[in-house]
Amino acid sequence: MMAWIRLRALILKELLAILRDPRSRVILIGPPIVQLMVFSFAATLEVRNADLLILNRDAGYWGQELVHRLDGAPTFRSIRPVDGPAALRAGIDRQEAIAAIQIGSGFSRDLAAGNAADLQIILDGRRSNAAQIVAGYLDGIVEGLAADAAQVAAPHAGPASAAVRVVPRNWFNPNLTFQWFMVPNLVAAIAMLIGLVVTALSIARERELGTFDQLMVSPLRTHEILIGKVIPPMLIGSFHITVYVLAALFVFGVPLRGSLLLLYGSAVFYLLAVVGLGLFISALAATQQQAILGAFLFMVPGMLLSGFATPIENMPGWLQAVTLVNPLRYFLVVVRGVFLKDLPVGEAVANTAPLLLIACVTLGAAAWLFRRRLE
Amino acid sequence: MAEIVRMSGLTKRFGGAAPALDAVSGSVAAGEITGLVGPDGAGKTTLIRLMTGLMAPEGGELEVFGLDARRAAAAIQADIGYMPQRFGLYEDLTVRENLDLYADLRGLPRAERPEAFGRLLAFTGLEPFAARLAGKLSGGMKQKLGLACALLRKPRLLLLDEPGVGVDPISRRDLWSMVRGLAGEGVGVVWSTAYLDEAEACDRVLLLDRGRLLFTGRPSELTGRVAGRVFKVSGVEGRRRPVLARALDEPGIVDGVIQGEAIRLVVASGRDAGAVPAAVAAPPARVQPAPPRFEDAYVDLLGGGPGGRSRLAEATAARPGSGDGPGDRPVIEARGLTKRFGDFTAARDITFAIPRGQIFGLLGPNGAGKSTTFKMLCGLLRPTGGEGRIAGFDLRRDGAAARNRLGYMAQKFSLYGDLSVAQNLAFFAGAYGLGGRLRRERTALMTEIFDLAPHAGMSAKLLPLGLKQRLALACAVMHEPEALFLDEPTSGVDPITRREFWTHINGLVEKGVTVLVTTHFMDEAEYCDRIALIDRGRAIALGSPDELKARVADAANPDPSMEDAFVALVRDAGREGAA
Repeated sequence: MMAWIRLRALILKELLAILRDPRSRVILIGPPIVQLMVFSFAATLEVRNADLLILNRDAGYWGQELVHRLDGAPTFRSIRPVDGPAALRAGIDRQEAIAAIQIGSGFSRDLAAGNAADLQIILDGRRSNAAQIVAGYLDGIVEGLAADAAQVAAPHAGPASAAVRVVPRNWFNPNLTFQWFMVPNLVAAIAMLIGLVVTALSIARERELGTFDQLMVSPLRTHEILIGKVIPPMLIGSFHITVYVLAALFVFGVPLRGSLLLLYGSAVFYLLAVVGLGLFISALAATQQQAILGAFLFMVPGMLLSGFATPIENMPGWLQAVTLVNPLRYFLVVVRGVFLKDLPVGEAVANTAPLLLIACVTLGAAAWLFRRRLE
Repeated sequence: MAEIVRMSGLTKRFGGAAPALDAVSGSVAAGEITGLVGPDGAGKTTLIRLMTGLMAPEGGELEVFGLDARRAAAAIQADIGYMPQRFGLYEDLTVRENLDLYADLRGLPRAERPEAFGRLLAFTGLEPFAARLAGKLSGGMKQKLGLACALLRKPRLLLLDEPGVGVDPISRRDLWSMVRGLAGEGVGVVWSTAYLDEAEACDRVLLLDRGRLLFTGRPSELTGRVAGRVFKVSGVEGRRRPVLARALDEPGIVDGVIQGEAIRLVVASGRDAGAVPAAVAAPPARVQPAPPRFEDAYVDLLGGGPGGRSRLAEATAARPGSGDGPGDRPVIEARGLTKRFGDFTAARDITFAIPRGQIFGLLGPNGAGKSTTFKMLCGLLRPTGGEGRIAGFDLRRDGAAARNRLGYMAQKFSLYGDLSVAQNLAFFAGAYGLGGRLRRERTALMTEIFDLAPHAGMSAKLLPLGLKQRLALACAVMHEPEALFLDEPTSGVDPITRREFWTHINGLVEKGVTVLVTTHFMDEAEYCDRIALIDRGRAIALGSPDELKARVADAANPDPSMEDAFVALVRDAGREGAA
């Protein structure tokens, strides 16, 4: 009973201290909005508005047809014909275009004869990511053209020769809407950002203001102080998750195919793991400045090594091993799964168990460090 | 003496708040120490910064060396030495590197440096530490280094912003005699302080209170107003605190404090020893005239101290067994307390016991182990050896039970600044396990006693200093602790607030609350029943203030002050240690 009174007072105080401090309020409101705007509108992984150079040496039909088809694709903002390899080289060099296409002089003839035709695509490797995506688009268009040409060249060959035509279907996100992919990711990312920063600041703030001693001489026990420090950031983190989930559903129209219960169940452990980490940073830091720096020192690699933007499978083996300790990695699977497919319970549990383990380690380490600093 | 600073009608305002300085007029003379005296928030720092030309006044005239501070700031700055409150020493540089850096900043020619450094290091006694990192210096040595940096080019005007804060009496005396020497060479010195004993030693003072000038002139002119009205009552029968409390409620008494075993009283203007109430003066007590002090006059100037009634004490239930009955356990006990940090022993085998209803003081130079001992006894530090007990509970084994019985109030009033007054009260009530009706009753009582209701919704950090102090005390005593831990509780507050505070503490002590206080303030030491003097990790003296004073009394100084006792005892212990 007494313990509950003490704990309640501590949790209330913690929430009030965060909500009444103008600087903390800015942290709670600013970054979430900025993150939502930046990641869902600006930092898009789709390539739009790409510029293209074309050196068409072919006088025939198919060369012209290719240019028309490229022109019709919404991906490309402008298609500029050039009159020689030098101009083409200069255009890429000056980044006037991300890709250039050189159509060989025998292009139409070869296609009409049913032979392999000569087509060169030059990509700007300096912008490797975007260039790769553009290459994908171009491949698709050229393949379609080749198939049509083959049809014309040998109309009686029937579907047999065109049978190798690949028709991709994107499950779960049929139109590959970028926001469908990104916004669920952000649900996980914002919880990490807020959970980490709010917790990291909490003990450091008290140290700086001198209230920490006051807390330590009160009958609050060490574990009560730790619980009192863990719960408020978890509440705030859950609040931000909820706001983002609502934004995903009603602003971005992301489908919700799985169970929110699974999402929140898993979120509890995710937040525990993150808050434990924040508490560890906070116990280590002497000032709020150090705490914020510490939080971001973890945030950046935490985001990059999570599969947030780049697939973990593409990382070298040793780095993949590093991602195993990253709570974001597991929770991303759960969030995406719950939104875009009906994530099976088994898979949710499989991705929550490591979170529990990480939470045990981070909270344990924070408690250990916290006690040690009292010596 | 030549006036080097002249100010008239100086006014400075920050934002929409009450003015930090309100029509202040006065002067600073060359070759004198001018004290800028007042509690925190009185406007001392603002006034100093105006004199440096770092800020421009809003209204009024300010002339330094005959130049207008608004227009000729650069010319003025070339001739002043300024030591801000937290002097900008670089802790990762050595003493000599700090000097070098400030010599660069002040444009001291290389050729003059060896001579200047040698002179300043010798002057400040820092020669042996020239290669030490500034961060590793004690508080007093840091101040001396700060002073050395401010003196690199011999200034005509030296501005020192609270050089005595956080500095023990020995270092304070050293600093003072250095500055006195400079004044003797014709430098004009401004020394700002909240310590009234420092004020008394100045040649001239400007007494500030919330931006207004209360008094300017020689300290003796101020103390003159209470001449013949100050009495020391010694040999009071029974407990002296309730006697003082009753005396303070008498109309003829303006002010009174505990001074060791004696009581110091100031009677109202126009009255004499006859105004001392018969109950106080009754034999065997003896009433003797005492030389007036700056503080007596200051309180008198403010219209006298508060009465002797403590509503807090009245609302507190008396603890049975107060007194020193044989079966009564001490409330606070230190048994062989030892703390080592690596190979450094911060406290060695400290032992004392504080019986119920006593005030016990921990005094000592900076870094001597006073705070370490204090922290071990309230559970903030775990002792390496020995044990501390509160009300019989071992701090290590029954930490929470022991902590439930202690109240703690730190120098900086560690309240939650962003929380409102009411929220602070509610939090501390909850943290001490007060729930439901009990919590509402106690918080309501505290709000009423300390008159906090008009400010209940205000953020604690916006409160004026005096109210912050009240709130901190309210939070510390809300759960009716048996033991109260006070860490420099009245540092920087005005004397009226300080009186009010000690009236409450005295009242609580009469009800059986036990108090442990650590302080640099010699006045606070006088309130104690007993004092432990800690130096270099060991308790070098233990006794009542009068006993300690008697120990150092000699023919040259038959009636030493607490500060004299402190300085002499620490020096003697140092000599013994060296022998």
